[in-house]
Amino acid sequence: MKNIDSIRKDFPILDAKINGHNLIYLDNAATSQTPNCVIDSISDYYKNLNSNIHRGVHFLSQKATEKYENAREKFKEHLNASSTKEIIFTSGTTHSINLVANGFTNSLKSGDEIIVSQLEHHSNIVPWQMLCEKTGAVMKVIPMNNLGELNINAYEALLTNKTKVVFVNHVSNALGTVNPIEQIIEKAHQYGAKVLIDGAQAVPHFHVDVKKLDVDFYVCSAHKLCGPTGVGILYGKQEILEELPPYQGGGEMIDEVTFEKTTYADLPNKFEPGTPNIAGVIASGVALDYINNIGLDNIKKYEDELLVYATEKLKEIEGVKIYGESKNKTSVISFNIGKIHPYDIGSVIDNLGVAVRTGHHCAQPIMDYFKIPGTIRVSFCFYNNFEEIDILMHSLKKAVQMLS
Amino acid sequence: MFDSWMDKYEYLIDLGKNIPKINNENKTDDNIIKGCQSKVWLHATEDSGKVIFFADSDAIITKGIISLLIRTFSGQKPKDIIESDLDFIDEIGLRQHLSPNRANGLNNMIKKIKFYAIGFNKKING
Repeated sequence: MKNIDSIRKDFPILDAKINGHNLIYLDNAATSQTPNCVIDSISDYYKNLNSNIHRGVHFLSQKATEKYENAREKFKEHLNASSTKEIIFTSGTTHSINLVANGFTNSLKSGDEIIVSQLEHHSNIVPWQMLCEKTGAVMKVIPMNNLGELNINAYEALLTNKTKVVFVNHVSNALGTVNPIEQIIEKAHQYGAKVLIDGAQAVPHFHVDVKKLDVDFYVCSAHKLCGPTGVGILYGKQEILEELPPYQGGGEMIDEVTFEKTTYADLPNKFEPGTPNIAGVIASGVALDYINNIGLDNIKKYEDELLVYATEKLKEIEGVKIYGESKNKTSVISFNIGKIHPYDIGSVIDNLGVAVRTGHHCAQPIMDYFKIPGTIRVSFCFYNNFEEIDILMHSLKKAVQMLS
Repeated sequence: MFDSWMDKYEYLIDLGKNIPKINNENKTDDNIIKGCQSKVWLHATEDSGKVIFFADSDAIITKGIISLLIRTFSGQKPKDIIESDLDFIDEIGLRQHLSPNRANGLNNMIKKIKFYAIGFNKKING
């Protein structure tokens, strides 16, 4: 792997001073930082390329279209989709999930069942609850155990011929658990149910092959992949996307429009109405190249080392309780110290320049399971180093001293 | 007034430890202040035309902040609370040490305090 010191130089924000301290950024599961090449790509777009895509005959429009479609090609390759028709750009994972959930409005009827897991982020619960309200479908929940792992036997018991959709995250944002989605997908298909996997927390950490997974929908966000905010990726199997009704109407998603009837454009344009986030999509492609240049295998290996080191050091602090102890997890540690409120610790270490997430992490069902108001969550990226973990531990000890 | 943010936090933590505590029976959902990441309860009673506040929080720094506020407002007439200017919050630099989320929680605390004062003012003055 490329040397960490030289990788860190690619990220200008890592030089920031917060309250007089060096920034220690450990909130990567919320959003990753942005390397110079991505920032330059956005700036270059507006300086040299800005135009609207897919409709201009002029040079800039053609050039911008080419770059935009080239980014689609990169994501197609990266996820191993069969065709660029299967890659839809959205504004983020949440938008992608809403697009798919909404698409089931007419095909679900009262009494149909859909299955979610207890480990989900609110964004993979609420759009489906809205679908249930509209259709009368019923939502069932795959339970989890003390280690933060899903109970697959219980899942199998939930599946029936009424099950229409299963939606589970690949990796839990709150705990870092990697879920056995191969099994989840295979079992769902035995009952003819479609499966959506929320991969927002997976794609930054390891390879995902949608063809091998045989997944129907796979969604993720560019901003967790060193890309800009406001870009989401929706993979869907071509034959399913062709059947799925469009989510929003507008320009660019149409074939012919009269006041009597509109026929829709082919994939992927059917799901990309209006002017998309052109600069963001192009920059997302640059971010993907950047990550692939370092190599996801290298990233996984290094992040695992950070996780092991930080977990060991954390356990040395008296009163630490870690939530989510699956053997198969990404570089995320969710924890509390004694009876101290996570918000208090987060506030104190923020003043020492350490950025972590505190609270329920938009996953209240998980906090309810553990009967806690929230946790402190540290999440690592490949640009973090061991020294930063030492500073984190030092800051935590100081916070405990102040707050006890 | 304070040398560093740490002194400020330590002061808030001490204030939190000595908060005029709300009774457990008044820790109802109605008395929870919305918009805070931690739970904050606020209750008020009236005594001889003056408002007395009680509060609690499950987070100690938050408890210090609400403690500071109710120490300022407790024992004052409702009308004075309604008309009070809140520049002191900016003067002591409280807001600048709060994240926007937290500052939002602070605004909601002040709103709830004034809300109680408006209620008692109506009761007293009809």
